[in-house]
Amino acid sequence: MADSIAAITVPQWGLSMTEGQVIEWLKDVGETIEVGEEIVLLETSKIAGPVEAQVGGTLLRRIAAVDEVLPVGGLLGVVSAEEVSDSDIDAFVASFNENFVVVAAEQEEESAEPLFVEVSERSIAYTKEEPADGAGDATPLLLLHGFGGDTNAWMFNMGALAQDRPVYAIDFPGHGRSSKDVGDYGLAELRDAAFGFLDAQGITKAHLVGHSMGGAVALEMAASQPARVASLGLIAPAGFGQPVNGDYIEGFIAAERRKEMKTVLAQLFADPALVSRDMVNGVLRYKRIDGVAGILRQIGDDLLAGPRADGDSGLKPIAVIWGAADRVIAPPDSSDPSFTLISDAGHMPHMEKASEVNRILSGLFRNADAG
Amino acid sequence: MPKKSIRIALQEAVVLEMRRDPNVIVIGEDVAGGAGCSGDRGTYGGAMGVTKGLIEEFGDERVIDTPITESALVGMAAGAAATGLRPIAELMFVDFMGVCFDQVLNQAAKFRYMFGGKATTPLVVRTMMGAGFRAAAQHSQMLYNLFTAVPGVKCVIPSNAYDAKGLLIQAIRDDDVVIFFNHKAIYDFEDEVPDEAYTIPFGEANIVREGEDVTIVAFSRMVHTANDAAKSLEKDGISVELIDPRTSSPLDEESIIESVENTGRLVIVDEGTPRCGLAGDVAGMVAEKAFHALKAPIIQVTAPHTPVPFSPVLEDAYIPSAAKVEEAVRKVMTMSRDAVSAS
Amino acid sequence: MALDKEALLAVYRTMQTIRVFEDRVHVENTTGDIPGFVHLYAGEEAIATGVCCNLTDADAIGSTHRGHGHCIAKGCDVKAMMKELFGKKEGLCGGKGGSMHIADMERGMLGANAIVGGSPPLAIGAALSHKTRGTDGVAVSFSGDGASNQGTCFESLNMAVVLKLPCIFVFENNGFGEGTGADYHVGSGDIGGRAAAFGMPMTKVDGVDFFAVQEAAAEAIGRARRGEGPSAIEADVVRFYGHYEGDPQGYRKKGEGDEMRATRDCLKNFRDKTLGDGTLTATELDAIDAEIAQLIDEAVVEARAAEFPSVNDLLTDVYISY
Repeated sequence: MADSIAAITVPQWGLSMTEGQVIEWLKDVGETIEVGEEIVLLETSKIAGPVEAQVGGTLLRRIAAVDEVLPVGGLLGVVSAEEVSDSDIDAFVASFNENFVVVAAEQEEESAEPLFVEVSERSIAYTKEEPADGAGDATPLLLLHGFGGDTNAWMFNMGALAQDRPVYAIDFPGHGRSSKDVGDYGLAELRDAAFGFLDAQGITKAHLVGHSMGGAVALEMAASQPARVASLGLIAPAGFGQPVNGDYIEGFIAAERRKEMKTVLAQLFADPALVSRDMVNGVLRYKRIDGVAGILRQIGDDLLAGPRADGDSGLKPIAVIWGAADRVIAPPDSSDPSFTLISDAGHMPHMEKASEVNRILSGLFRNADAG
Repeated sequence: MPKKSIRIALQEAVVLEMRRDPNVIVIGEDVAGGAGCSGDRGTYGGAMGVTKGLIEEFGDERVIDTPITESALVGMAAGAAATGLRPIAELMFVDFMGVCFDQVLNQAAKFRYMFGGKATTPLVVRTMMGAGFRAAAQHSQMLYNLFTAVPGVKCVIPSNAYDAKGLLIQAIRDDDVVIFFNHKAIYDFEDEVPDEAYTIPFGEANIVREGEDVTIVAFSRMVHTANDAAKSLEKDGISVELIDPRTSSPLDEESIIESVENTGRLVIVDEGTPRCGLAGDVAGMVAEKAFHALKAPIIQVTAPHTPVPFSPVLEDAYIPSAAKVEEAVRKVMTMSRDAVSAS
Repeated sequence: MALDKEALLAVYRTMQTIRVFEDRVHVENTTGDIPGFVHLYAGEEAIATGVCCNLTDADAIGSTHRGHGHCIAKGCDVKAMMKELFGKKEGLCGGKGGSMHIADMERGMLGANAIVGGSPPLAIGAALSHKTRGTDGVAVSFSGDGASNQGTCFESLNMAVVLKLPCIFVFENNGFGEGTGADYHVGSGDIGGRAAAFGMPMTKVDGVDFFAVQEAAAEAIGRARRGEGPSAIEADVVRFYGHYEGDPQGYRKKGEGDEMRATRDCLKNFRDKTLGDGTLTATELDAIDAEIAQLIDEAVVEARAAEFPSVNDLLTDVYISY
């Protein structure tokens, strides 16, 4: 069997994902694939998204057919950098399938639950993805989600970004599965919680990527302790001079029912069809918890209070990424080389155009590490 | 997230609310157990053990064992609710409503309206229903339809642990009379349930699965039966949208109508008896409000119009099965308006 | 505990208000302007008054279908009551309850109750509420001889003893359960004895003797306030009018009501006693009579003039309508 054959498998996007359905193949057999390229479109109960290549090569075979449902880790296709025979491919597939059940069970066991750490007597939930090989000592990355979100926001990014370094994503206090008893609450408290998390992990310096509210937190972190910030990736950030859409914040806080929530969440995406039943249910489940309404009110007021930093924060290295169709925080008119405007994306470019965002961010981190 | 049974989810709801509000009390037969006995106090904990151990934390002033006198127990809870407490009255089996119906029907349910909006009655009657335990005619009925028919009463019918906890906390905080129906056969069904307190609004259906060909509306245990049928039908390419209304009063008519407008076909699965039941109620509502969307007649899958039998053979035949639901869906898929008028 | 002069005048005012209210409703009802069923309390004033003069707004009472007297004795607004009887929007229950369901939660009046035997379970609930919340409040259940046979009543008596509730069960034995005599329908003939059999102190009093009722009630209520549990009072009393207004009363010998009014009138008893021992004067009582006559006149005039509810009110005060 040729050693160069590699499997394209169903990734796990978020903790609760167990299977995915093939919607469309984006590459033909025989086509050359670069690392990070989108190969196949999958749909889960939460969202649809592309599977990106983790290894380059030629697409040798599509194993999964359109409409087929595969478990996380299941075999979608086979690539190789070298020419290999059909019998080698057959042998690879057979061997993969033979070993697969065990692998999947182990994977589920390990990653089904978030990790927790105590920060200032509050429990912070987080997920961690280790790089595949040898990059464990690289400067780690911390992902900071947006208003009302959680680590699931990074389902399309963690795997790709963890190629080069350990990646951590936290649920901010008052969000996701972290403690909801937050007391007085605003961006300053979120900043302190994020530093507290880094301290608890023994991390002195990290790349920071923040989305929306998380972007404002990342800016606060960079402003208060710049030495701890290796680079700054900002995705549709708040606190960057652009006003936050009050209707969105108020609508998010007010929505109690499925239908209202769906309408609100549709504002996040360029393509409202991306808002699935599970996504709506997930947000409602979070919002129904005692105390969350007050938490969202407090942080919402803080976000709506107006711009905190002006657009040019002077922080380098930095990458600012914005969806052209963002209806929550409209993109600025900027020609700065660090600024990327992504077409066909709304407020969630890291979900809607994950591979592009991942590519920009990977480049930012590599340059920062090198410089 | 931790998986918890409906039993544990219900207990968490009661405990969290009793800690949060000193006016919340539990009243019922053997809610603690052991009063006046030679053995230990608090080991009984209600028919399904939901209130087991509560007396240790809250004492017998708030976990109150009563004689087996349902009128006094439910009526007392109603009176206490009208005068400042938030009682959870535990009625072991809904069948026992036969001896205390007046306390709900003519008393608690009426106060708010009859007194011109000047009274609130934050009463929860938590009770158990359903067949499957070989408990026969006087311990196995559904009866939720009777209470759905009473204005002033809210009827909650959780089918899973997540809903059970959120709906019970909502019920305890609600200022109206809530009858909370748990099906006895699903107490051990597990689901992901947050540790924190949370509420689920009444009148908001849960779309259990999305589909395009047929809408199934199912209540309580039948949600699981219908889901089994839907999984099986999916293999044959029949796509079912399954709706769990969660509460029969208020009823989320909008979600049901929206779904039927999309699928054009409706099957209703209800473990209750067929006449004047929830299935008929939903069917009537859809026939009136979404007639234009129906491509075929509505099919109701219910228990037969008999008391619940004892013998396992008979009881198994009594309870609507996944096979019966599947059959109904396949049938409704073959029917059309033309076929109906031709036959 | 003897009542002082001021308290006695207040008691007289209450009893006289009930009497004039009921006599007037009897007349107004014949005009056809009072919708529905009306059951009059005339003749039984000493019981409601003798019990409720020991209570505050924090204490609760559960009443019967013959509830006007309990309402007035518990301090409900008489004009709002009259408006409720006429089905008007400004009635005590917005015109949604009527005579049989007058309630005023702010006064601790949990409602007249058109289900015979309806009040005992609710009253023990109110008593439980006081006990659980640690107040010294009490609850009183008023029931007739008819209700004394209901299972709800027996269950509540037992529950009150089991849970040692601050509850007083007052049985107004007016001799009739609708059109059937208590001599027939109370099997043992001993309502108070039944209550005692459940394990609570019991007193029998003459229900047309205000002072006897008040003394028994004060003792029972005091016991409840001290956390010593429930008590019962059986008061033998008379019903001047029929079961309901319009009742031809064929089950009753002709003129019995009038005869009772002449011989067993609690107001006359009260007047005779207080004037006889010199505690009150005729001038003082006559002044109250005049004041009450005017109050009830005004109540009727205002009730007749008041607006009916709007049809939109049909769907309010209920959580959802279909």
